[in-house]
Amino acid sequence: MRVRSWLGVAGALLLALAVLAALLAPLIAPYRPMQLDLRARLAPPAWLVHGSTRHLLGTDNVGRDILSRLIWGTRISLSVGASAALLGAVVGSTLGLCAGFFGRRIDAAISWAIDVQLAFPFTLFALFLLAVFGGGFLPVVGVLALATWVNFARVVRAQAEVLRTQDFILAARSIGVPTPRILVRYVLPAALPSIVVVGSFSAAQAMLTEAALSFLGVGVDPTTPSWGAMLELGRNYLQTAWWMAAFPGLAIAWVVLGANLLGDWLRIRLDPRGGALR
Amino acid sequence: MSEALLDMNGLEVRFGSTIAVRDVGLHVLPGEAVGLVGESGSGKSTAMLAVLGLHPPGSAAVTARRLRLAGHDILAVPERTLRDLRGRVAAMIFQDPLTALNPVMPIGSQIAEVLVRHHRLGRSAAMMQASALLETVGIADGAGRLRDYPMAFSGGMRQRVMIAIALAGQPRLLIADEPTTALDVTVQAELVRLIRGLQRERGMGLVWVTHDLALMAGVVDRVVVLYAGRVMESAPVDLLYARPLHPYTVALLESLPRFEAGPPRVRAHATRDVAPAAEGCPFAPRCPHRFARCAQMPPLFEDRGSLAACWLLAR
Amino acid sequence: MNRAPLAELSGIGVRYRKGGDVRHGLIEIDLAVAAGETLAIIGESGCGKSTLGRVLLRLQEPTEGDVRYRGESLLALKPHAMRRRRQAMQMIFQDPLASLNPRMTVGETLGEPLMVHRLARRWRDTVEPVAAAMRRVGLDPATVRRFPHQFSGGQRQRIAIARATMAGAELIVADEPLASLDITIQSQILGLFEDMRAQGGVTFVFISHDLPVVSQTADRVVVMLGGRIVEDGAPRAVFREPAHPYTQALVDAVPVPDPDAARRRQERPAAAVAHGTPARPDLCPFAPRCPHLLPACTHTMPPLRHVAPGRRAACWLHGDWSPP
Repeated sequence: MRVRSWLGVAGALLLALAVLAALLAPLIAPYRPMQLDLRARLAPPAWLVHGSTRHLLGTDNVGRDILSRLIWGTRISLSVGASAALLGAVVGSTLGLCAGFFGRRIDAAISWAIDVQLAFPFTLFALFLLAVFGGGFLPVVGVLALATWVNFARVVRAQAEVLRTQDFILAARSIGVPTPRILVRYVLPAALPSIVVVGSFSAAQAMLTEAALSFLGVGVDPTTPSWGAMLELGRNYLQTAWWMAAFPGLAIAWVVLGANLLGDWLRIRLDPRGGALR
Repeated sequence: MSEALLDMNGLEVRFGSTIAVRDVGLHVLPGEAVGLVGESGSGKSTAMLAVLGLHPPGSAAVTARRLRLAGHDILAVPERTLRDLRGRVAAMIFQDPLTALNPVMPIGSQIAEVLVRHHRLGRSAAMMQASALLETVGIADGAGRLRDYPMAFSGGMRQRVMIAIALAGQPRLLIADEPTTALDVTVQAELVRLIRGLQRERGMGLVWVTHDLALMAGVVDRVVVLYAGRVMESAPVDLLYARPLHPYTVALLESLPRFEAGPPRVRAHATRDVAPAAEGCPFAPRCPHRFARCAQMPPLFEDRGSLAACWLLAR
Repeated sequence: MNRAPLAELSGIGVRYRKGGDVRHGLIEIDLAVAAGETLAIIGESGCGKSTLGRVLLRLQEPTEGDVRYRGESLLALKPHAMRRRRQAMQMIFQDPLASLNPRMTVGETLGEPLMVHRLARRWRDTVEPVAAAMRRVGLDPATVRRFPHQFSGGQRQRIAIARATMAGAELIVADEPLASLDITIQSQILGLFEDMRAQGGVTFVFISHDLPVVSQTADRVVVMLGGRIVEDGAPRAVFREPAHPYTQALVDAVPVPDPDAARRRQERPAAAVAHGTPARPDLCPFAPRCPHLLPACTHTMPPLRHVAPGRRAACWLHGDWSPP
């Protein structure tokens, strides 16, 4: 338990640093992300031979500062992750709530949708959608929410199904509380802790997928620096300039690990009986 | 006089800074039935778990001036000896047989397990004995039901299975912790008959832990009344009902609903929820007779065969 | 007892499927609850007494029959109309902790009925009536911001009772309201019910398995077994001279706080006991364990008939008809 809470704090710290970097990007990044320095193309990190303190983590093939691009890239990664998780939470929780509480046909329909969703090779599907409809922030978030809503729907559905038969819900019905109010004031608050937990896991999942999509070239916007796009670019230079791929990879691992550690800790803290999640 | 099965004196159980049981004594002879009566939080179950050494060492601190089970000092013997004493010397049946039974093991195997462990029986001999035990506790066609799982039984029948498991070790002391609380009155009456009959037949000692003072009248020879972890009164059953000494016992008996009586005597606002006193007599805050001395805990005073911890009896 | 019925069940049946079988929760229930009376329903677990309570409040839909409240059929009502009726019809549950929303404070829990039925327009308007209700049930209004888990069992049941009375209930169904409480607390809660009755206006349906409590509090008792009503009448009469052998078995099983009487009873031979197999829905549910079994009992269900004024029983031993 003690180890877990320590890990939770570590996760929160990792994320907090990333958030700080995103907020303060213009202040702390040494260069603008698109600024070229053609004389210093493919410069290695500062601590290697030929490295220089002007570019702490080196530069890419057109001389852009890796560190600056990583810092700016935090904005994309975090905002996409958070938005996709939020959108998924709103849609998924609502559907899950209805499926679990009303049961029968509504449940059958929503459960069917969940199964279909889970059966799809998601990344291919996303690739196809973005290729057809074009990339950009909103489309990417929308596509990612298509993946995350299932997480929320499943967990909330299971909770609502259990809660439905509990005495305090029956008591609420017996005093004449209308059904929408029961859902919002009685069922939702009880499911909220799980929603928060699933939210942090889903954000991690969305950030990973966003990186993958950028890597595949259908990311948010080719002109904004994204970790996935940087990784893709670096792939071509693995032999000569490993830092171009390694640092974006580490950055992705950083925030995903942070979100997962935090989620794991929240899971224990908010739901001592655990179990039903994931 | 034969050796006491349970000889307990000055038992104290602490959970961190909370004292759940304080200075509790209990003496049970072979063939004797004692009722341990108290409301929730009185420490009655906690005390009995201590008798079997069932409190995990980390969570509870158990101390006693004397805690002997058939001559064995429970607080001194190693865990191995304790395991051997449980089941063979003293066995326990619980309120909720569904959680106390293993849901994924047929009941025959659960009974046989005890027989194999304590009596070194072979598997098939143990199964035969298990079916005989099921019939002893009133389950017809014992052999046919050995392969059934606990879920296949009704609440009352499950409790019978629990009793069969408890009897398998041929214990000399049976501890029953609210064994009939969750059951219907008709089933409760059957089980009381069964447990009482088995106890007399086998000369076992019996400790019946309950909150139901009315039930005790027909079950035990002696009643010990606990409140907030302390013994309030300890008396032979006839004396307790005919002439309760402690104001708490009186209050308990008065609040028992009876067929003959009129509407309940206690009014809604007459008794507020009052926490037991931490110092002195715990019942003092609710007691109609309290006076200055109640700030100190009274010892047990003897009065014509009954014992009660109340300053009113001091002379 | 010639008061007009406040609530009425006629021909109620509840059937449900379990596995491949059809189970009967309630069978042919006819019951009228008179305004102002306290009606107790007793019987063993699984006899259908809780289901009956829920059907009466239309918290569960029967598969057959009609539920009437003040002469109006509740089953025909649309959801919003039903919700309005709920203001007058309330329920109190066995486990007070489970029946309270763990994430709502006492103030919110008690204010909820006022808000839902528009008796208060803003939460601020609920403060006064909530405090008054808390005082009425003996709770300190200063604890209004606490959550259910911060109270004792008895206090929680007081909260539940206060909630039931917030919006002016006429009919309160209390399902084993004492079963999870300590004996001294039980008598406090009983006293509270007694006060509410004395102030008048409230009709109680009290579901219980505690016969002595019922004999003290109820005007009329209904004995249920196997989804049917097997006997009803005034509690003193029913318990002193049970007309149905099942009622007799119940009365005999009640522990008496008197060692002599208890010993005498134990010396009598045990009643015949049968277990397991659910009774056939078309026969007397007590037949498998009845000590007075008649030939008729093995092929025809005895109807529920008057055996004395204000007294009904479903047993071939009684009444002025001859068994088929």
